[in-house]
Amino acid sequence: MKTSRRALLAASAMGALLPYARAGAQAPTLKLGVLTDMSGPYRDLAGPGSTLSANLAIEEVASSLGVKVEVVSADHQNKPDVGVGVAKQWLDADGVDAILDVANSAVSLAIAGVCKDKDKVFLASGGATSDLTAAACTPNTVHWTYDTYMLARSTGGALVKAGGDSWFFMTADYAFGAALERDVGNFVKSAGGKVVGGVRTPFPGTTDFSSFLLQGQSSGAKILGLANAGTDTINSIKQAKEFGITMKLAGLLVFLTDVHSLGLATAQGIVLSESYYWDLNDGTRAFADRFTKRMPNVRPTMVQAGVYASTLHYLRATAAMGTAKAKASGAAAVAQMKAMPTDDVCFGKGSIRIDGRKIHPSYLFEVKKPSESKAPFDYYKLLATTPANEAFRPLNEGGCPLVKA
Amino acid sequence: MLMIFGYPAPLMFGQLLLGLINGAFYALLSLGLAVIFGMLNIVNFAHGALFMLGAFVAWGLLEFLGIGYWPALILAPIIVGAFGLLLEKTLISRLYKLDHLYGLLLTFGLALIIEGIARNEFGSSGMPYRIPDALQGAMNLGFMFLPVYRGWVVVASAVMCLATWLVIEKTSLGATLRAATENAPLVQAFGINVPRMISLTYAGGVALAAFAGVLAAPIYSVNPNMGSNLIIVVFAVVVIGGMGSILGSIVTGFGLGIIEGLTKVFYPQGSATVIFVVMVIVLLARPAGLFGKNA
Repeated sequence: MKTSRRALLAASAMGALLPYARAGAQAPTLKLGVLTDMSGPYRDLAGPGSTLSANLAIEEVASSLGVKVEVVSADHQNKPDVGVGVAKQWLDADGVDAILDVANSAVSLAIAGVCKDKDKVFLASGGATSDLTAAACTPNTVHWTYDTYMLARSTGGALVKAGGDSWFFMTADYAFGAALERDVGNFVKSAGGKVVGGVRTPFPGTTDFSSFLLQGQSSGAKILGLANAGTDTINSIKQAKEFGITMKLAGLLVFLTDVHSLGLATAQGIVLSESYYWDLNDGTRAFADRFTKRMPNVRPTMVQAGVYASTLHYLRATAAMGTAKAKASGAAAVAQMKAMPTDDVCFGKGSIRIDGRKIHPSYLFEVKKPSESKAPFDYYKLLATTPANEAFRPLNEGGCPLVKA
Repeated sequence: MLMIFGYPAPLMFGQLLLGLINGAFYALLSLGLAVIFGMLNIVNFAHGALFMLGAFVAWGLLEFLGIGYWPALILAPIIVGAFGLLLEKTLISRLYKLDHLYGLLLTFGLALIIEGIARNEFGSSGMPYRIPDALQGAMNLGFMFLPVYRGWVVVASAVMCLATWLVIEKTSLGATLRAATENAPLVQAFGINVPRMISLTYAGGVALAAFAGVLAAPIYSVNPNMGSNLIIVVFAVVVIGGMGSILGSIVTGFGLGIIEGLTKVFYPQGSATVIFVVMVIVLLARPAGLFGKNA
């Protein structure tokens, strides 16, 4: 009995070693960690869909590039300490080479620091704060999809141009809300408008925004700027309608999933900005179809498309420089990514700047009326396109130390 | 214009009213918790999940069966109450003889499971649910625009709270119930089926949560996290009111809603924490809560 158990253990230990022995002969395996909100307000716009997007990129190019890739994922619960804990475990013990997505600005800022310290790669998609490529920029971060500056310029700029010259902000009380309010406020002021006031709403945990809405209404401002996201935005818009708020609502960060949840009857007419919409062109539709095939009844958001596209570019860069080198230094891998032009079906051709900012066009949309929507998720009308070279903050204005003046 | 603490009076009246509306939810939820704790000695951490379930059942009735708000207001509590009965019979009833901690762990685990399943099925951003036609629109009160639906929420909760209090404090059924919690063997000796009574009490408390869930469905997005956002506050309400005190939970629920509403004007960032500050102060001064009986 005793000997047979020992033999069994020895056999299984050898079995466990076998794959390593074999992997050693080939190129080392890359390991990607999708760290995102799996259970909270941003789950639908990132969450499991982000993990799927990373996998779609790997399935598309890994075998033709000859790289072996593994994906792990975890929930940061919107808490920087939880996110940092997972990241350290991944980078120190589990051999993860790159962290993906991180939907939540506060967690993103923390992860950018961790990836720099450990010289690994951070491919940010869900995090919004433009600080990731400004004061908090690192040689290890690529900020792919969008940022608060892009939203401010596109949505804020359009509303000021249309006569919305006085603003009241309803801001989620953490890094993201503060950055968004700051960037939009700057735009409003430079365009000759003014910010008359604002409230900071506790995040997460606020479900009733009516009190804040009434404060906004009594401020006399023309525009109510919603510097929040996910379920916060959904509840704000829903309750603004209920309380007959007459100000124009500026959804400064509204995702496809939010519009879906609100329903077109409530969401119609909202003006919003995105850098990817599934029904934009043949390329975006092709990716959306691949996504929906694996995750039925939903369409990808720009955050998920960003995870796909950034993974794709990372894999191409690592193949170009050699996986072993890419694993040895995250900064070197990111430098390689910056040296190569980007090209994918979701964002088209583009590039990554020295400060880590990925450059592509941004789009201003209006949510359709229920009568205009012909198919499921047929939600947006394209109003305007900001070309890639104008969509993001000029390189010399961010204050990123990597940019030499 | 009349000013109160440097703020225009209409704004302050509006905020007071909004506080009362949120207080109505706190009262209704903490009432169910207080009933369950008072009668069963179970700290029902699954209450928020069952509140969420009430909203989801209302949504499902409309989406799949075309059953509207008014029938849902009765059907959802019955369906979720029946589910509660099942939980009590199969799981919770095994814990009555053990320490409170076991009940807390079990119900907390149940809440996580229920919310996790809902998240997997429906995602986290929630489902749209319309305000019923009869309650659309708003009244102009002079100092603010009051949506008719919010007014209805206050009335419905107040009536429900009063009815529950009357049943437990003033009817013979309530008297038996209270007696059964004091001394179950003795009440059983009078030929009353105490276990069944306790099961039905749990189902009743759960039905109250589901009722609140249906009330909340048109206001908040119907999403799997809607209960967990509220439940911690509601527990604080129950603790401040005095564990198991029915009147305490009603009065405290409305009162704290108002305090929270005012905080949203004076110091918005603190509005999520003010209730816990109150809790600390009350527990320091009166460890048994405002309306609790000292053990």
